[in-house]
Amino acid sequence: MQQYIDLYNEHRERFHSGAPAALNALRGRALEVVASTPLPPRGSEDHEAIDLAEVFATDYGINVNRLNIDPRLAESFHCDVPNLSTALWCVAGDVPMPTGTALRPLPGVDVMTLRQAAARCPELLEKYLGRAADIGQPVVALNTLLAQDGLLIHVHEGVDCAKPIQIVNILNATAPMMAVRRLLVIADSRAAVKLLLCDHTQRDGVPLLSLQVTEVFARQGARVDIYDLEEATPATRRVNATFVSQQADSNVLVDTITLSGGTTRNELTVDVNGAGAETHLLGMAIAGGTQTVDNRTLIRHHAPRCDSNEMYKYVLDDNAIGGFEGRIRVDEDCPRVEAYQGNRNLLAAKTARMHTKPQLEIYTDDVRCSHGTTIGQLDDDALFYMRSRGIPRDTARTILMQAFMADVIDAVRLDVLRDRLRHLVDKRFTGQLASCANCPVKSSHPRD
Amino acid sequence: MLQIRDLHAAIDGKEILRGVSLDVNAGEVHAIMGPNGSGKSTLSAVLTGNPAYTVTAGSVTFNGKDLLALPPEDRAREGLFLSFQYPVEIPGVSMVNFMRAAINAKRAYQGLEPVSAADFLKLMRAKREVVDLDAKLTNRSVNEGFSGGEKKRNEIFQMAMLEPRLSILDETDSGLDIDALRIVAQGVNRLRRADNAIIVITHYQRLLDYIKPDVVHILYKGRIIKTAGPELALELERRGYDWIKDDNNV
Repeated sequence: MQQYIDLYNEHRERFHSGAPAALNALRGRALEVVASTPLPPRGSEDHEAIDLAEVFATDYGINVNRLNIDPRLAESFHCDVPNLSTALWCVAGDVPMPTGTALRPLPGVDVMTLRQAAARCPELLEKYLGRAADIGQPVVALNTLLAQDGLLIHVHEGVDCAKPIQIVNILNATAPMMAVRRLLVIADSRAAVKLLLCDHTQRDGVPLLSLQVTEVFARQGARVDIYDLEEATPATRRVNATFVSQQADSNVLVDTITLSGGTTRNELTVDVNGAGAETHLLGMAIAGGTQTVDNRTLIRHHAPRCDSNEMYKYVLDDNAIGGFEGRIRVDEDCPRVEAYQGNRNLLAAKTARMHTKPQLEIYTDDVRCSHGTTIGQLDDDALFYMRSRGIPRDTARTILMQAFMADVIDAVRLDVLRDRLRHLVDKRFTGQLASCANCPVKSSHPRD
Repeated sequence: MLQIRDLHAAIDGKEILRGVSLDVNAGEVHAIMGPNGSGKSTLSAVLTGNPAYTVTAGSVTFNGKDLLALPPEDRAREGLFLSFQYPVEIPGVSMVNFMRAAINAKRAYQGLEPVSAADFLKLMRAKREVVDLDAKLTNRSVNEGFSGGEKKRNEIFQMAMLEPRLSILDETDSGLDIDALRIVAQGVNRLRRADNAIIVITHYQRLLDYIKPDVVHILYKGRIIKTAGPELALELERRGYDWIKDDNNV
């Protein structure tokens, strides 16, 4: 981490100039944490499957001077989710830029860079930026220290955002590079919005790291759906920390999907602060080669009469490593909370490894909480039954793996995306996954 | 069509088949009977290539090809079909997708294009009638939540879809009431042709009242110890298996 402290100290003026004051105000604390808190090594609490120290050990460059951004990139990128009309933003490295569809105004919805927000609505940043994220965590602190911009999505009171907002994050550099990304989502009372986040890498063979912190505020009665889809290359590393703060009667869905990538660490923390709120966490990971996919989730119920429902599914092939650390905490005096956590894993090869740790921490009597975890292999009887009907072994395996993922795909609340996911998962399992079709580099993992 | 010569097979190191020889010609129906544990289901599993079993000696030729050298899917695509004694449930895989994958796999093997959606649905509709299979079942996951009778009908429905050269019906009568037995047996009879053959594995005569065999074999302790005409099944029904064992000094 010392290299990043040095980088920050050397270019302090550049990091601060043009960046929002609300962000600069957090840098001092961020620096303290980064300097004093080592990254947890593999095997430490909640880090069974991943070595964060190793992920950050590479001396990544940072685009301090905001250079080399091809303005045509946003226009040329076309994410192939057919029939899905979205307001599309691109984030090239960590520089956000709107496309044509994002320039048409969405009534009652503001989407802008954090730098624009600092000029137009500084009080909003003051009120929300850094208020959900735990800066005491070294990953969050590092992001806070080095972030220069980001995106703000603000849906005003009672507004149902007319179409999904899509953010396509693109990594592309010829030398090791870290993109420090920041996303702030504020859904005011009774507002509703659907977000589709797509992570892509347009180059392979170079270590590229995405370090993103996302903060989501769902105020009373708000409804927020976030679909976070990673389709990256084997040399890509992704460390993502998402913090959700829910008020009474809000309804939040976060679906974290890893279709392809290199090393992935997703941390998701949900604080349920108001009664009657609903939380849905879905996860799907398909990993092969030497991929690592690690999800840590934490739901903290601070209020009564809330439901949370969590299901993460993994299919691991080859030498892939999976990790799931899920924790649900119910505070004292939170009666009638219902929380379910599930983690189901399919190991398609003997060399694949899964680490899973479901945890419930409950301090109120009158609650209904449960968890279930399974790790299994493909059903040999089903495989033989299908082969006995003439279906080749590889096809039969693919069909069974797709069937395993069916329920987490069906739970997607965006019709077009659901159909597209079925198609992408199909392609992923048959080894012909191209990333969203127009990426110059196809992020495919040929299977055995 | 099928020539089995001195076939030996084992599971978990235990020898179950101990020298089975059998010839089946096109147009014939063979019944294989025998007490529990005699190796009837093992024979069907070995012929279809179940990886749980190991062939330790012998040969099987199917339409001139070395059957034992083929993976299970190619045996099926060469025209071998097994109606399972215990059909497998496959949650999350619809019957429609399952059958489409099977039909297209067979067509690919024959160098044909995948079947069109319209032709496939037409085929499904026509073949469902063979065993009076409820259309609702074909929209469900494979065998999931099917009753015992529905599962067996579903096996014969798949047989109708795939039009095999040789079908092995492994205790297709078990778990069926009389009405279902008749529907299933009539379905099988409708699928009989001069160029295909059927091996019926059963404990009881009653299925053979509907599906008339040309030849009846008795399998005992891993060997075929007696082969005769259909009257053998009737005699077994009357006298049990003991007299056979005594007659053959086994």
